Amino acid sequence: MKVAIINYEAGNVKSVQFALQRLGVNPIITDNHDEISSADKVIFPGVGQAKYAMEQLAKKQLDTLIPNLKQPVLGVCLGMQLMCEHSEEGNVGGLGIFKDVNVVKFSSDVKVPCIGWNALELESHFLWKDIPDESYVYFVHSYYVPDCTFAIAKTVYGSTKYTSAMQFENFSAMQFHPEKSGDIGSKMIENFLKQI
Amino acid sequence: MLTKRIIPCLDIKDGRTVKGVNFENLIDSGDPVELASRYALEGADELVFLDITATENKRKTLLELVEKVASVINIPFTVGGGISEVEDVKNLLDAGADKVSVNSSAVKNPNLINQIAERFGNQCLVVAIDAKILNNQWMVHLVGGKVPTEYQLVDWAKEAADRGAGEILFTSMENDGTKAGFAIDALNAVCDAVSIPVIASGGAGTREHFSDVFLKTNCDAALAASVFHFKQIAIPELKSYLKSQNINIRL
Repeated sequence: MKVAIINYEAGNVKSVQFALQRLGVNPIITDNHDEISSADKVIFPGVGQAKYAMEQLAKKQLDTLIPNLKQPVLGVCLGMQLMCEHSEEGNVGGLGIFKDVNVVKFSSDVKVPCIGWNALELESHFLWKDIPDESYVYFVHSYYVPDCTFAIAKTVYGSTKYTSAMQFENFSAMQFHPEKSGDIGSKMIENFLKQI
Repeated sequence: MLTKRIIPCLDIKDGRTVKGVNFENLIDSGDPVELASRYALEGADELVFLDITATENKRKTLLELVEKVASVINIPFTVGGGISEVEDVKNLLDAGADKVSVNSSAVKNPNLINQIAERFGNQCLVVAIDAKILNNQWMVHLVGGKVPTEYQLVDWAKEAADRGAGEILFTSMENDGTKAGFAIDALNAVCDAVSIPVIASGGAGTREHFSDVFLKTNCDAALAASVFHFKQIAIPELKSYLKSQNINIRL
């Protein structure tokens, strides 16, 4: 299986690479359009600032490539946020895969950034095969996707219930870091890779 | 609900894990890669890796070691030591670190905090502060606690947060290595001053010290080294104990 990790100078590429290697998959890390388009699965990671990241994607014309990919794509953390319509972080337009979904900042009545392990309320979905409801995964973020129709998992922080994972057609997205969420996270990545 | 984090810290000198009392008399406490994998298996919520010789000897953190540790663990991993510019952060993240921790270099060049936060996001940046009491005031110290600064603890914590730090890791040098408990009052002062997560460090000796820090302060995480390295406290037992004290913990 050919797995491509999109490299755009704003990803924690290495930890995703290591997580895949622990599952016996050796991914390619690339910004090459042909390599990405021909991969069986694509992972779109992200750590950093939304505006800077969108600029990097635009430089490499990945902002037009990614929304048109046909194979399963998994956005992680900032990757998920960039798949939305707009982000408050840097007031920047996103890839628009998740239509009309806008990323907003946590209110000031909670500690921001939100860092740590939090529980998932899971909907029925192939990504959650063998994952118990209320499993804990690792989050690091200051902005979030509000509860929306694409949600396949939700999480509560302070008084806010938000979207912690979502799906639209071939696009999956996780706000938390499955590559840093212990055995539960590894299982989720495995479930993503196993889909046909 | 977000859980409180238990974080083993690996102080690294010359590629080995070391631990001293009040930052001195360092003794060898094991191979960092082995310790890191053990902690990940035992349910540590995160790992911190500090190259304590990096600033002193003006060396960069050993990227190879970071990469080795990152390849064996599936929990978050913060690396500090010898970071003086944005490029150092990029190298560490490229080697597999999830977050970086800056200490002395941020005090010397506070703008570094802004630069790192703007480039990588503030969630990626921990500002570590070592402080001890001088003339009845908590004062920030540098270079593993050897050099006093003009900064008061709370003022510097606040400035670091305002400039874009994502977390404060406060080590009380009064408590570090003593196994007599965390610096509860100073931690409360730091928590009151900032609206970002605070990691308590220095003084953990018993499981009650951990429950104290979570019940008596608003800290988000507690960090310790030797009690874990030398197996005086086992992480699974510690976490069960904290859970039994009605503290939110991931088991």
